[in-house]
Amino acid sequence: MDIYLPIAAVSLNVFVLLILGTAVGFLSGVFGIGGGFLLTPLLILAGVPQAVAVATSANQLVGASVSGALAHWRRGNVDISMALVMLAGGLAGSAFGVSVFALLLRLGQADLVISLSYGVLLGGLGILMLVESARAILLRRGEGPVQRKLHQHNWMHGLPLKMRFRRSKLYISMLVPLGLGFLVGTLSAIMGVGGGFIMVPAMIYLLGMPTSMVPGTSLFQIIFVSAAVTVLQAVENGTVDLVLAMILLIGGVIGAQLGSRFGAKLRGEQLRAALAIIVLAVAVKLVADMTVTPAQLYTLEAIQ
Amino acid sequence: MRAGIFFFASHVRCYARRGLCYAALFCFASLWPGYARADQPLLADLSSHLIAITTGFTGASVVLFGAIDGPGDVVIVVRGPELDTVVRHKSRFAGIWINTRQVTFAGAPSYYAAFSSKPLDDIVPQPVQSLHQIGLANLRLQHKSTSLADDEVAEFRAALIDDRRQQGVYDDAVGRISFLGDRLFRAQIDFPATVPTGTYFIEVLLIRDGSVVTGQTTPLVVSQIGIDAEVGEFAEHRALIYGLIAVASAAMAGYLASLPFRSV
Repeated sequence: MDIYLPIAAVSLNVFVLLILGTAVGFLSGVFGIGGGFLLTPLLILAGVPQAVAVATSANQLVGASVSGALAHWRRGNVDISMALVMLAGGLAGSAFGVSVFALLLRLGQADLVISLSYGVLLGGLGILMLVESARAILLRRGEGPVQRKLHQHNWMHGLPLKMRFRRSKLYISMLVPLGLGFLVGTLSAIMGVGGGFIMVPAMIYLLGMPTSMVPGTSLFQIIFVSAAVTVLQAVENGTVDLVLAMILLIGGVIGAQLGSRFGAKLRGEQLRAALAIIVLAVAVKLVADMTVTPAQLYTLEAIQ
Repeated sequence: MRAGIFFFASHVRCYARRGLCYAALFCFASLWPGYARADQPLLADLSSHLIAITTGFTGASVVLFGAIDGPGDVVIVVRGPELDTVVRHKSRFAGIWINTRQVTFAGAPSYYAAFSSKPLDDIVPQPVQSLHQIGLANLRLQHKSTSLADDEVAEFRAALIDDRRQQGVYDDAVGRISFLGDRLFRAQIDFPATVPTGTYFIEVLLIRDGSVVTGQTTPLVVSQIGIDAEVGEFAEHRALIYGLIAVASAAMAGYLASLPFRSV
């Protein structure tokens, strides 16, 4: 059954969109990542114009992250104070990122510089995570449960403005989550994706948050970022397709619920290993997109 | 405002023409010999002057029908709204594919279709084809200033036409016009689901002895109708409220979905 999408100006099959929304929502629920990196290219593949796909993914994400965050919240897995500190950094970061993006555009080849650095960043991150989580899984298998330190102490614990994050069992400088939020905010504004899959590993490894707390806290934070992006896109570019977003949401909100239930059954290192594989896959795809001979050497863009 | 007056005027003309056309068909049905008047060698009209894009829209077809006053060939050229179009070309640079060259074509039609009752070269000489832009080979695409050589620009032009042909918005074909006897003709014009909105112009040409005897242009409006049009309009004129509604409804959907799972 096809349905016509008013802003995207194309007809798409409702069932395909429902399945797409559910799958991406499920991933959001499990890992606390937005899934925009998956949803946006899939929508473009289905024939939705790029600008509409980016903006509408953000709108879909509002619903999926509310749904997922609520599910984690009921299990007490959301660290509100941590999320708010990171959010403050994130909003400042996106404002900064927008101006950096404008600068890169003026210099030309912005998208190339961005995907290249993003690919390298994600590739490195993915490999590090995979090695760490594989070691943790092997350790557990070999010797049974090991008593480990909650997290490593390093230079970051010498920074001023210390703050207690009760839920995460952390006593660290608020500058660290603030700076992390800023960095991810900048990157997401430049890349046009949520940045959840940088945020989540950073929360685990850099902040040393317990893995179980990470998805809920990340999703709680994503609610506000994606809401801000949706409104901005609607006002600036008029590219949010409400009909498309609603269809994706029906699947997305249910997927997020199922995902967060499924994620709760996984152990921390399993979750980290799975996320590492996804991050690596995205990195490989980014690099492949740039290096494999494209099917279409010519691309068209009609200027309205 | 000017567009409004134009539309009104063109519709009045359409109705007048449709009346004549029905009269012509009626005469044919009653086997009247001179069914098309001598001073009207060509009459044509569409089955509909509006393609309404509604929620279930998956593409549409419009039938063009008409009559000619004696033997001859018919060519139909359909052109959609014109938009500047950038064509970019990727090439490999240090192992990576990047956009290296681009050409902007000014006012390229977003839809183009040309049909003829016989192979074009058999009925009309090349200069006339070119003058009336009959067929994709003769479609005039003006490029804006570029540093590229003419033969390179020609590749970009071919890429634009290829891409749009694959999208189903560019088409040219022989024999898509069927004749009933040698006076009445009809042709089906297909529009895919991705058809751009706007005003289309359908030009019907009567060709005899290698020259265009007469032509007639009929407008066709492609427009969003109903809820979709209202959503689009709302998104455009009340962007902030639209954005807030989008966020609020998404958040509400997220909340509602979490309710059945509450007890878990």
